[in-house]
Amino acid sequence: MTARTMLDKLWDAHEILRRDDGTSLLWVDRHLVHEGSHHAFAKLKERGMPVAQPDLTFGVVDHYAPTRAGDMAPDIRRMITTLGENARETGIKLFDLRDPGQGIVHVIGPEQGLTLPGLLINCGDSHTSTHGAFGALAFGVGATEVAHILATQTIWQKRPETMRIRFDGALGAGVAAKDMALHWIAQLGAGGARGHAIEYTGAAVEALSMEGRMTLCNLSIEGGARLGMVAPDDVTFAYIKGRPFAPAGEARTAAVADWRALISDRDAAFDREVAFDAGDIAPTVTWGTTPEEALPITGAVPDPDSLPGGKAAHARASLDYMKLTAGTPLDRIAIDQVFIGSCTNGRIEDLRLAAAVLKGRTAKVPGLVSPGSTQVKEQAEAEGLAKVFVDAGLEWADAGCSMCVGMNGDRVGNGKRCASSTNRNFKGRQGRGARTHLMSPAMVAAAAVNGHLAMCGPCWRGGHERLEHDRRACGGVGAGECRHRSIDSVAVHVAAAQGWLWRVPALRCACG
Amino acid sequence: MSQPRKDGYGEFLLYDARVDDADHPLNRHAQIDVLITRRNFGTGSSREAAVYALVDFGVRAVLAPSFGDIFAGNAVNNGLLPARIKTEEIEALINALGQADASARVDLDAGTVTVGDTTVTFDLDPVWRQKLMNGWDDIDLTAQHADAIRQFWAGRLAAHPWTKPTQ
Repeated sequence: MTARTMLDKLWDAHEILRRDDGTSLLWVDRHLVHEGSHHAFAKLKERGMPVAQPDLTFGVVDHYAPTRAGDMAPDIRRMITTLGENARETGIKLFDLRDPGQGIVHVIGPEQGLTLPGLLINCGDSHTSTHGAFGALAFGVGATEVAHILATQTIWQKRPETMRIRFDGALGAGVAAKDMALHWIAQLGAGGARGHAIEYTGAAVEALSMEGRMTLCNLSIEGGARLGMVAPDDVTFAYIKGRPFAPAGEARTAAVADWRALISDRDAAFDREVAFDAGDIAPTVTWGTTPEEALPITGAVPDPDSLPGGKAAHARASLDYMKLTAGTPLDRIAIDQVFIGSCTNGRIEDLRLAAAVLKGRTAKVPGLVSPGSTQVKEQAEAEGLAKVFVDAGLEWADAGCSMCVGMNGDRVGNGKRCASSTNRNFKGRQGRGARTHLMSPAMVAAAAVNGHLAMCGPCWRGGHERLEHDRRACGGVGAGECRHRSIDSVAVHVAAAQGWLWRVPALRCACG
Repeated sequence: MSQPRKDGYGEFLLYDARVDDADHPLNRHAQIDVLITRRNFGTGSSREAAVYALVDFGVRAVLAPSFGDIFAGNAVNNGLLPARIKTEEIEALINALGQADASARVDLDAGTVTVGDTTVTFDLDPVWRQKLMNGWDDIDLTAQHADAIRQFWAGRLAAHPWTKPTQ
């Protein structure tokens, strides 16, 4: 038998039939819906059709969920009540606004044990790729396909090509999954993985927590991929254990046996292979209006004319919108506010990383922290993280998509600049005229206490020591361009997962 | 994105850009039905509203070097042609047009598009081509396979009962 990739195995396990033209009809194990699914419910109603498998369909209020006290705007209330009515009429389980299981769909799926290895998971949201972190086939679909899945519990798809992205070695302390994602997207481009199913492998991926793997898979779509996946392992199985909807007892034993068989065969061939050295990755921030316009924090705003052909025009428009000048060191960009949350970085580990930087410090700019789910919120409060945010001067809010997309009214003001732990820096994404810089939660926290984009390492040391010495002497803008690599991020960061401080005796670059 | 489809989405097409800039190309050429644009058009988003806005504005074909995957699928599901054309040819078309518009002719069967005097070929998944030509409705198509679907689910449940949520 020929060696198969994880994608092959997942695909074969869900293929009901294949047409002569190569399109497969696939079985959908979990269908997650949210307020935005109203178009699909309307289509179903027009045809007078029921939901085919209400037991495999779950709804949640997230995109429009209010995160602060006060009256709901009528159109927001209408979106939420419409989802409630649709769920009731079609007999699907709904995590409503006041439900203890409420939260962002890509946070609560895993949290509830609905997301499992080996499943095919669809949702009318592009960041459905998040669930691939469990070794699931998970991808976002549009309203027409949502209606089709509601009606038939199946979806027509062509098998995507496979792409393996390997991260060898270990991440520097304080460098996060978010940096891995922004790094590869910056290298390969926002369309770099178009049409492909990514499998992330390598020691640095295996070393990630489930939260980190979810962040990595979540951002697959920003590099153009159809979906992203990580092979399930003991870290995965431990995360799943005891979750409300997850298999238990004998069912779990059988499930784990199935899950272990999902991993790509040793000799399986991928259509594309890319490899990165995790040690080369620095804390990364975006400077433009697409996630590919990203650089290490030690860099400077690029000169559009220095960029390859196709990118110069876009970069010029980005700098115009972002109101940035070429050559400005990224760590001198002043911000107006910060946001921590979203399906990308709104999980408990993300909040721990941000709180580790903020603890005992005061934010110089206002900011909003919206946990990814009500459960994350409760846990963060129990762990004292919420108090750290509030003591630092940030606002601690309820769970939802919130300021990542602004549908619930949490928006960045026109012309305001926001350091954000979210997934898209498109024009107007966080609000009309809003200027978004994407980065990890620890880096958002560092930006908050400095009032400008900043390396999170030096913040810890109290004195904020700039790295311009490094830059001037070496002439390099990226971590990899300095011959004294130890100066990058890596050395001066917090090993935040452990919550301890990594002190480096010589912060200055030895080049000078 | 919260309003019913029947209310129309055309006015929301690139709303901010059009409101901020009276001279925006889509303000100057409000009657277009073919849009020529650059790489990765519709990147990322799964929201069909992005397609509704184009369709309701009157656009029937978008010519670009590349498209976001989900966007392109959504486009086909709404009768909007996402025609992939080589970057050099797109740039040549854009240069030839300048700030003006021109009549365009799309031949779906032949896979060509003619803008002014220039004819170029476009790439389109053959399945999508068929779908655009026939106006297939997938739900009807799938209904023909109801038995196969039922059997598949019974088999999956028997072999892997854990796939069903436990609560």
